[in-house]
Amino acid sequence: MMGLEEYKYKDLIHRCFRCGYCKFPTDWSDVTNCPAYARFRMESYSNGGRLWLIYAWLTGEIQWSENLSKILYSCTSCKNCVEKCPLSFNDDIVNMVVAAKSQMVETGKVPPLVRKFLQNVQVQGNPYGIDANKRADWMNGLELQPYQGQDYLYYVGCEGAYDTRAQGAARATARVLQDAGVSFGVLGVDECCDGNEVDMLGEEALLEDLATKNIDQFSKRGVKNIVTLSPHAYNVFKNKYPAFGGHFNVLHYTQVFADLIKTGKLKGPEQQGVRITFHDPCFLGRWNGEYNAPRKVIGAVKGANFTEMERNKKGALCCGGGAGNFFTDFLGGSGESPARIRAREAGDVKADILAVACPNCLTMLDDAVKAEGLDNRIKVMDISELLCPA
Amino acid sequence: MESIYQALVEIVGEDYASNRHEELFTYSKDLGTSPPQWPEYVAAPKTVEEVQKIVYLANKEKVAIVPLGGGLTLAGLALPLKGGIIIDMKRLDKIIEVNEAARYMVVEAGASHGKVTAYLHKHHPTLMHSEPGAPAAATIGGNMAIHGQGDLAHPYGFNTDMINGLEVILPTGEIARFGSCAVGSGWYTMHPLPDLGLFLGWNGSTGIITKISFRLYPYKKIRDNDAFTVSDENLVPEILHELTHLGLTEDLIATSSEIPPVMNRLHHISIMIAGDYEEEMEFKRHMIFDLTLGKYIRSGVGGIGGIAAERLRPQISKSADWKKGGGFEYVGSIVPVAAYPECYRRGSEISARHDIPYTVLGRVIGCCHAMMFSWSYAFNRADAETVRHAREALHETDVMVMELNGTIWKPAVFGQKLMMDRMDQTTLQLMKKVKDLLDPNGIMNPGNWEVQ
Repeated sequence: MMGLEEYKYKDLIHRCFRCGYCKFPTDWSDVTNCPAYARFRMESYSNGGRLWLIYAWLTGEIQWSENLSKILYSCTSCKNCVEKCPLSFNDDIVNMVVAAKSQMVETGKVPPLVRKFLQNVQVQGNPYGIDANKRADWMNGLELQPYQGQDYLYYVGCEGAYDTRAQGAARATARVLQDAGVSFGVLGVDECCDGNEVDMLGEEALLEDLATKNIDQFSKRGVKNIVTLSPHAYNVFKNKYPAFGGHFNVLHYTQVFADLIKTGKLKGPEQQGVRITFHDPCFLGRWNGEYNAPRKVIGAVKGANFTEMERNKKGALCCGGGAGNFFTDFLGGSGESPARIRAREAGDVKADILAVACPNCLTMLDDAVKAEGLDNRIKVMDISELLCPA
Repeated sequence: MESIYQALVEIVGEDYASNRHEELFTYSKDLGTSPPQWPEYVAAPKTVEEVQKIVYLANKEKVAIVPLGGGLTLAGLALPLKGGIIIDMKRLDKIIEVNEAARYMVVEAGASHGKVTAYLHKHHPTLMHSEPGAPAAATIGGNMAIHGQGDLAHPYGFNTDMINGLEVILPTGEIARFGSCAVGSGWYTMHPLPDLGLFLGWNGSTGIITKISFRLYPYKKIRDNDAFTVSDENLVPEILHELTHLGLTEDLIATSSEIPPVMNRLHHISIMIAGDYEEEMEFKRHMIFDLTLGKYIRSGVGGIGGIAAERLRPQISKSADWKKGGGFEYVGSIVPVAAYPECYRRGSEISARHDIPYTVLGRVIGCCHAMMFSWSYAFNRADAETVRHAREALHETDVMVMELNGTIWKPAVFGQKLMMDRMDQTTLQLMKKVKDLLDPNGIMNPGNWEVQ
């Protein structure tokens, strides 16, 4: 394996003091805002613990093990630690974990489920391993146009295209865009994985491959503006594709919706007396600083009462699905799984609707609400579904 | 040994017990200069009953147990010096009661100071507790086990002076309560029952603190950190004496450090004041700076170093990375305030010998009854030579504290030995008797305060 010398953050990683600030949310309410630490409550699962383990692994003090790889891959890249770490290198403390995952990828020593995820993306262009020809099934009956120079490319992403629950959000978003008269097209079966999770899993070569192919396709079709269903796709298109030559104007659909509401082209439905709370997606919030657009859209729902959960915006608890964990599920299987904690928090504020703006969060929290037995009280809905009742 | 692991799994559940190398590695490391000490198991119980079962298991198997809070002592006090089971207490974190009228709070020992601060801020904004000068992840129980101190040390003393009641699991597994809670009268006072002070300052070697009642104090709306600066260290004790006579401050802390240069060889006295009204604050500033410290300003030996700086709660500490290497450790001592000048001079000499920029701090405890004086030594965790220098500087400082007739606060094993070498023999033997009586199998954090 590579040693410390080849590691990108070799001059930084030993500087983590393991002070534990990284576990807290913005309001300091508890040490449980790192989703992996909340789930396992062992120091090894805090980001400080992970960084010390990575350093020990790179210097040969400890050897690779399945448990070590599980600890690293349980990091959801939610960036809570980045928010709370007070030291000058805080911006890189998630990148340090991703870089260590890359070292594991290079030596083939990743957990079997991570390997499966990456192989599925490689072969079928999606993590589920479903036939690439089925990628357009989500839009059956919607009469969507293929992208041919319209104002926007609507990029749906793997979850929206394949996951049965997330397909509802993908369809609702398309319908709202259609109803508001937005000029957009889709790629259908030609769409391919955006690579955000591939990146967070440390597969740099596959990310490059995906980015290159997608950029090539977008460019050939003359795409200038992209609206994404998923904050994960939004993140990678906006922040990583420029390094591969892909310069597009990227928007998350809540940003487009907020603008449509502002210009009067989109009106919210009536939801008289319904209590709505919102779960911030990490790749929209902490990664890209967008906290207002989803709230503006929810604010357009007439008659509804909006209430924040205690942990929100920069201090929101991740659903536990990031960095491929919606598939690998290293944080699942417990009442202390972050998604289930989050479902209970929605219950604490007596929400009727737990609104999300991410297909990963949608599937994670939809399952969690059921596991908590709250599904008779709380409905998990994507914001697009709020705006476009079935 | 698989049977012990299985027994731990049965007690706390599979997710919260480990004998895997990565967890053992993580818990083998302290944040300071102590060399690693490996446990054989780690368990993170959720309830007092689970802790109790682990203690019974440890007695049956004659295996050591080491309770761990935030793991932030820096002195290796929760390292398993003789292997065994680390009990990570942080899942015992319930807030049990806040009594606004009687100004006290009862929590499980693993609750973090950050959590307590946030809870009070949200639900009882007129109350505060004493946060130690440690990161927010430090636990209430861990801090009490080492006689911590922090906010409000000037008016109210050590954090352990603020205790209203304790629940402790004895080394043999029984649960005992101390204070009014022992007679079922609530958790509002530690006195006037017979003194059984057996658990504070013992680093968890005489029992595991599971619940604590501690005093709360008024949290004022306006909170300032003002500073007064002098270049002559000999002036610091008399200034502190005058300010404590005045009695208008929440805390008084004198600091000096080589970095940043503006602090070098100067002594900054942080004067923390609080009030509910601007008029009150103005009155306090007038009394402090115009009437009490004015003579130093007029004679040109002191100056106002700053007014109305923000006081964050929880406090954010960035001192760990001063050497760009993620490490520091300090010797803390309890000394008379009059010792400040010599502590500073000799400490900065030690720092210079080891090529470490000096950093010293003295926090007033009580009405100038004592001072917690600390000498911090930064090191680069990736550079073994700097770690060695820091460790040597720490040991030299421990010796110096003894020479100054000081008392080492939360000493590492090296400092414990120095203290016990000087300790009155009757006291020392009483410590041994207490330990032997409470812990017949010698399983509780062995190696700490171990009388030979």
